[in-house]
Amino acid sequence: MKQFLSFAKKEFLHIFRDTWTMMIILVLPVIMMLLFGYAVTTEIRDTNIGILDNSGDEISNRLIDKLDESEYFSVVKVFKSNSEIEKAFRKSEISLSIIIENDFSKKLINQANPKIQMIADASDPNHAKTLVNYASGVIAQSLMQESKANSPLSQINTEIKLLYNPLMKSSYNFVPGVMGFIIIIVCAMMTSISIVRERERGSMELLLVSPVKPITIILSKVTPYFFLSIINILTIFLVSYFVMGVPINGSLFWIFLLCIVYILVSLSLGILVSTIAKTQLVALIISAIILLMPSMLLSGMMFDISSMPLILQAIAQIMPAKWFISAIRKLMIMGVDVRFVLNEFLVLFSMGVVLILISLKKYKNRLE
Amino acid sequence: MEDVIVVRDLTKRFGHFVAVDNISFNVKKGEIFGFLGANGAGKTTAMRILCGLSRPTSGEAMVGGFDIRHETEKIKKNIGYMSQKFSLYQDLKVWENIKLFAGIYGMKKNEIALKTDILLNELGFEKEKDTLVKDLPLGWKQKLAFSVAIFHNPKIVFLDEPTGGVDPITRRQFWEMIYDASQKGITVFVTTHYMDEAEYCDRVSIMVDGRIEALSSPKELKREFNAENIDEVFRLLAKKSTRKEI
Repeated sequence: MKQFLSFAKKEFLHIFRDTWTMMIILVLPVIMMLLFGYAVTTEIRDTNIGILDNSGDEISNRLIDKLDESEYFSVVKVFKSNSEIEKAFRKSEISLSIIIENDFSKKLINQANPKIQMIADASDPNHAKTLVNYASGVIAQSLMQESKANSPLSQINTEIKLLYNPLMKSSYNFVPGVMGFIIIIVCAMMTSISIVRERERGSMELLLVSPVKPITIILSKVTPYFFLSIINILTIFLVSYFVMGVPINGSLFWIFLLCIVYILVSLSLGILVSTIAKTQLVALIISAIILLMPSMLLSGMMFDISSMPLILQAIAQIMPAKWFISAIRKLMIMGVDVRFVLNEFLVLFSMGVVLILISLKKYKNRLE
Repeated sequence: MEDVIVVRDLTKRFGHFVAVDNISFNVKKGEIFGFLGANGAGKTTAMRILCGLSRPTSGEAMVGGFDIRHETEKIKKNIGYMSQKFSLYQDLKVWENIKLFAGIYGMKKNEIALKTDILLNELGFEKEKDTLVKDLPLGWKQKLAFSVAIFHNPKIVFLDEPTGGVDPITRRQFWEMIYDASQKGITVFVTTHYMDEAEYCDRVSIMVDGRIEALSSPKELKREFNAENIDEVFRLLAKKSTRKEI
């Protein structure tokens, strides 16, 4: 125990005395939060759109006004012909164009299902999809008001209710994602690098020659990163709650426990990487390519897993981040009871056990 | 004089490769034992076995009175180790390094504090107590690393090329420290590349292709091989090598 404490203390000193490590641990989470919160937002705000109004009647005019008034769009172009639309797209003046067919109000009143065509710049397909969805929403809302004013023309009332995230804030989505990501960086990447560093510099040999048990060395190396990850998690919670206004709906106890299980899984991943990698560079590359990238791309943080090709969906299943993010979303944003995330807990827990067993076995083999 | 290291028919194979081929030797208490050999001759492997880092394929060895197969934990408590590759944690202060390693060997807090002051005084490092090791000159680091390796008063200290890259004057001082340790009864087991340093040892063994080809005092060896110095002896023996340098 005494050995363990003096070792853990040494590890803390290594971390505190290295500016870069401190930067990664303290500043990176905040930077990522702000970046995802304000720069890489998937929300739509004042997107430039163009209108070709073939009808030019009262209702279509009101519709255009509605679009322009909304916080999502601003109408920058009013076209007179189809050819102008293409030109505007080419010049990147607009990302979406809305075409209203002629005799719009007449058809609407006669219940003849008037048509609105939307043309979107799909070079960024996700963005295009979101734009179309938002525009449809605004149009549906506007037509609903029309129908209330002139009761006869009412046809289908689409009422959309967005559960758990009524304002469609992307922060609800990325806060769990950033947590999943940061923990992988701190626990898996930095831990593996710090263990490999000792081996590379020859100090591991000195420690192995000493009476310290290898398990003590590993545990003491891992301990500081465990505490730093908890600080990271708290920072992310505080920033998301007070700065971004993301609610914490579920039980704090279970959320915290989930974080700890995930931290432990990531730490054992880090230990495993350190038993494979011979140099710090290899450790860095392995953690970046095999752990970080998939954690970002395949965990559901950025892209929806269910719309991925099957092979990627399969890979996503073995990413601890995927299960963590899914569970934390349910617990924190949806505020569900813990029994709805038992599955995630179980998967993460088994992953941790398997990883620890593998790394213990690998570690023993190395000593021979 | 009692033998603190006894090695009998020690062999280590990695697949078909025989790294250490049936070596036997004894080292006496307080002796300075030079362990020479070209790169890849097997001296590092042999030393790792004696330190309890690696298990032999066959053969026996006792280190400090303990069996290398079953009593590695006891061996580890009774030896010190220093290598050229690593000398202390660069980002820890001088006293932090001393305290860490002394603590690993189970020394008591007040004993550590007392001995630290004495040590720094002897080395003339009083002012450097709070200096980060990375800010010390290389020679100082090596001296400090050696002092740390024998801080817990081990029976045997293993030195793996301890003076690599150090200037001649510091090397001289370093060897004076080795003599002091040997005077205090600490056995010194040292590998080196510098053949002039081999002359300082009480006895030297020269390994070629996993076998010990010569083992005697430097004086005896020179007479036996009719050579001017150990370097010449080493060259004569190394010619026999059929192994390529790794």
